[in-house]
Amino acid sequence: MQEKNRRQANITFTIQKLEENKAKYFTFAIPPNELILESGKKLGPIRIAYETYGKLNQEKTNAILIAHALSGDAHAAGINQQKGIEGWWNNLIGPGKGIDTNKFFVVCSNIIGGCQGSTGPSSINLYTGKEYSTDFPIITIGDMVNAQKALINHLKISKLLSVIGGSMGGMQVLQWMIAYPESIKSAIPIATTMKHTPQQIAFNEVGRQAIISDPNWNKGHYYGSRVPAKGLALARMIGHITYMSDDSMSKKFGRHFKTKKNNGIKFEPEFEVEGYLRYRGGSFVKRFDANSYLYITKAMDNFNIVNGKDIGHIFKGLRAKILVISFESDWLYPSQQSQEIVRACKLARVKTSYCEISSSYGHDAFLLETGEEGQIIGHFLNTLN
Amino acid sequence: MIKVIVIQKSEISFDNQIILSWIKSSSSVLDLGCGNGELLELLIKEKKVQGQGIEVNQQSIYNCIIKGLNVFQQDVDSGLCDFPSSSIDYVILNQTFQQVKKPSFVLKEALRVGKNTVVGFPNFLYISSRLKMCFGGRVPVTPALPYDWYDTPNLHFFSISDFLDYCKIKKIQIKKSVFITKNKKIKLFPNLFGEIGLFLLSSCSK
Repeated sequence: MQEKNRRQANITFTIQKLEENKAKYFTFAIPPNELILESGKKLGPIRIAYETYGKLNQEKTNAILIAHALSGDAHAAGINQQKGIEGWWNNLIGPGKGIDTNKFFVVCSNIIGGCQGSTGPSSINLYTGKEYSTDFPIITIGDMVNAQKALINHLKISKLLSVIGGSMGGMQVLQWMIAYPESIKSAIPIATTMKHTPQQIAFNEVGRQAIISDPNWNKGHYYGSRVPAKGLALARMIGHITYMSDDSMSKKFGRHFKTKKNNGIKFEPEFEVEGYLRYRGGSFVKRFDANSYLYITKAMDNFNIVNGKDIGHIFKGLRAKILVISFESDWLYPSQQSQEIVRACKLARVKTSYCEISSSYGHDAFLLETGEEGQIIGHFLNTLN
Repeated sequence: MIKVIVIQKSEISFDNQIILSWIKSSSSVLDLGCGNGELLELLIKEKKVQGQGIEVNQQSIYNCIIKGLNVFQQDVDSGLCDFPSSSIDYVILNQTFQQVKKPSFVLKEALRVGKNTVVGFPNFLYISSRLKMCFGGRVPVTPALPYDWYDTPNLHFFSISDFLDYCKIKKIQIKKSVFITKNKKIKLFPNLFGEIGLFLLSSCSK
């Protein structure tokens, strides 16, 4: 047991970690031309890891940007050759799929503040030669989108056919709608919100506290030594509970016991659901940086495009066509929050469609219900030209 | 060998043809219970309207999205509180009116939001329905009321005269009305010989 814990704790994070990916890289904001963050702080140089699928047409009118959620990365589609890892939205993006790469040029980039190839707290700070750690400036969803815009400019795309994303990816879609309305022809925010409720902030805060209270966190300075594996795994376990529904958990685990006996050790996992959560927590630690988790969840909590504004003014003047999607059993980002987005669009007289897909998967549905979701997205994209 | 696929243009239903003739070009249209979006698609194509649909059925929403229409998944019975008064040129309640839970509330909302409101419904006291009821002793199943009693989306059964009385009580101004039976307009005794009633209502009450 101890051996296993030590092994897990010794996993260190380096920026090279995902270099083997077939991801492409784009570096910008090279000093003295750093990116000015929404906080007023400067960040640079910034590297963005991204993948592309399909071909950009000559007129550059078929580009779609995919925005990933909290723990996602640039590897949205296809199967990574070296590692054999399937893209997180591979059922939705590909030849002949909902987002058809025979027709569209799809770009997905890792957010800044992340840990999967783009600049984040685990990247090396040029000025110190060490990881940024908690010296990394606070970032916002707006900053993530500004970095995506820099990438899109670099790819010489002046107008995206669509921006699509679920959960925190959906927040980025909403941010595109208000920050760069002229640069998008359409947008599909999925299972998302214009601002977190206290309940959503509360779940994130418990996750952050789990990391911070892990002695290995060491105020964020753990690179090269033991990582706060316990804290990050616990944060992920809490997250997983909120991503599922009572129904989907019952279907998946019931009250089934684990097949492997726990040899009489008290409070070792007995139920399948316990084992599953521990497994998901443990495997998350291998691919995710605890400090990134802190920065990204903060960015989600601080996101607020309503911000005291009259709801009818949020999307005023937006000419893009919008498709809002929610899922029936999603209690983390419930349909009412999507309906509020629809209401804001309606009052601003934005061309909008809204569909609540029936599903029992909870918030995870946006990753799992790719059949229905792909169908509706595909139909929507096909009518844009 | 080249296969030639001839796509047959689906026929425009007679009630949709009448509604099409009532609606001015480039106006705004809100179709409550828009179904698969046939009418909205027709209005956008022929009259260049700004169209928006509201529909509760998921499959119908997919079909609307295939047509490139803007559609909200919403229950019409929940009202139109997000739409300011007189913000839409035409609000349409065709074959929806008899299916809502609260017809009085829904019509009031439609009249508030729309400068004009189109209402279309099957006449429950059409002659063949009366005969089937009186002599057959059964709840009528007719082309305009094609459902069995145990499997009908229709919640309210009323006649053309009932609706006219209602408009009178509520001081709703009827600008135009057409009564249809078997793709023909009926002029005489519409409450007896009209299978479908179509009305263009004005929100400015007298």
